[in-house]
Amino acid sequence: MTAYIAGAYELPIRHAPDQSLAQLQAQAMLGALADAGLEKSDIDGFFCGPDAPGTGPLSIADYLNLKLRHVDTTNTSGSSYPIHVAHAAQAIAAGKCNVALITLAGRPRSEGRAKGALVRRDSPDQPDFQWEHPFGLAVINVYGMVAMRHMYKYGTTPEQLAWVKVAASRHAQHNPLALLPTPVTVEEVLASPLVCDPLHRLDCCVVTDGGGALLVVRKEIAQSLKRPRIKIIGTGEAPEGQNGGYFEITDSGARRSGRMAFEQAGITPADVHYASLYDSFTITVLVQLEDLGFCPKGEAGRFAMEQSLIAGQGRLAVNTDGGGLCNNHPGNRGGMTKMIEAVRQARGEAHPAVQVPDCQFALANAIGGQLAVRHASATVILERES
Amino acid sequence: MIDPTPTPETEAFWKAAAEGTFLIKRCRTCGKAHWYPRTVCPFCVSSETEWITGSGRGSLYSFSYMRKATPPFVMAYVTLEEGPTMMTNIVDCDPQELRIGQAVKLIFKPSEGGFAVPCFSPVG
Repeated sequence: MTAYIAGAYELPIRHAPDQSLAQLQAQAMLGALADAGLEKSDIDGFFCGPDAPGTGPLSIADYLNLKLRHVDTTNTSGSSYPIHVAHAAQAIAAGKCNVALITLAGRPRSEGRAKGALVRRDSPDQPDFQWEHPFGLAVINVYGMVAMRHMYKYGTTPEQLAWVKVAASRHAQHNPLALLPTPVTVEEVLASPLVCDPLHRLDCCVVTDGGGALLVVRKEIAQSLKRPRIKIIGTGEAPEGQNGGYFEITDSGARRSGRMAFEQAGITPADVHYASLYDSFTITVLVQLEDLGFCPKGEAGRFAMEQSLIAGQGRLAVNTDGGGLCNNHPGNRGGMTKMIEAVRQARGEAHPAVQVPDCQFALANAIGGQLAVRHASATVILERES
Repeated sequence: MIDPTPTPETEAFWKAAAEGTFLIKRCRTCGKAHWYPRTVCPFCVSSETEWITGSGRGSLYSFSYMRKATPPFVMAYVTLEEGPTMMTNIVDCDPQELRIGQAVKLIFKPSEGGFAVPCFSPVG
């Protein structure tokens, strides 16, 4: 695979009551173009999720007045964006485009969806709807079941979960844009109200407006730009369901997506010292740490408690922008910000206080949909090319 | 509790539930029971699936307690005696006393529109 991430931009805004969704999409594109040093006319491929209003890519592509020869609207919820990176690399390898724009924008705070447990916006036509929604299915209560069973199977404790939030908050203090920039302690996490046992309020990610964009380009274009060359060296995508009623909710698709990405990249988890892991809840990070192979199954709680996730201290810096737990979670779709911080780390452009020294490899993983119900894990491994 | 939305594929389930019977689907070809009920077996893709009466006995696979909801409720997965695990609510219980692995039994609870919805409660 010979595609590169040439542009990565995170909208600085976290609350956007005075801007339209399309406007945010446009600002995200402009930011990524400026970051890469490319022009809008260079874009010939467009990738977006259902956060882009309209029929697939058509309305936003028209609003931006893009001239395209390749579009892709794969939707696996929050993991759509790392999957778009993979599909853009594949499209470039197949000669279908040269410069692929990937955007995300959302305004859940301004639209009044920032409080309480998010209920999924599902359709009664879904075959699973009648077997799940009468029971009050929400995002947090299925992740609560994952945490409860992880505790039951592996002895994971609320304190160990809290260490994931503590690490994120220590990183967020260096991010002036973070929604929650104040470091918290394990005791403060455990003292925050239980929202859905066993998850406390501080086990949960933030809800923000905003978004971001990425530009994936062909090798010759990456070589022509004045930016560090960040090569996409491995990708994997793994949709998982309930397997007809025979499943294990403490396992995720990251086992498969990670294995595919590491095999393609030709490296192992031991080679990676920075990872963006989707932190919808603290438990989500533990499951990914295990399933990607950063620690044995069942031991991620201990791994987090040993402060392994804190930049400058631990074996694997995780979510050095403060993650979804403290920094940003635009549109309730975390895969975009996961990609962006991985690019910053690989470039050496993260905040100096959290930059991993000589970060040759950076990994981003997202879980879209919901663990324990239906989800897709997406893994992308990046390498800084010297 | 919001109403389920039966389809032609699942009307038999909800009709039986209204009469107090808990149906599950089993494949005549491969013999395996599955959840949620489908016409085509999700394992061997045979169309020879049949409704059987479930025992209503199972064990608590996992749960979480939505204490901030109005009213609070227990979200759960229960593993049925017949094999598959299904999403449900645990009702008529003290949420603090629930333990993964404990025995539970079926109890139908009415939805807003009067459907009988398969919930479970602790045994004993």
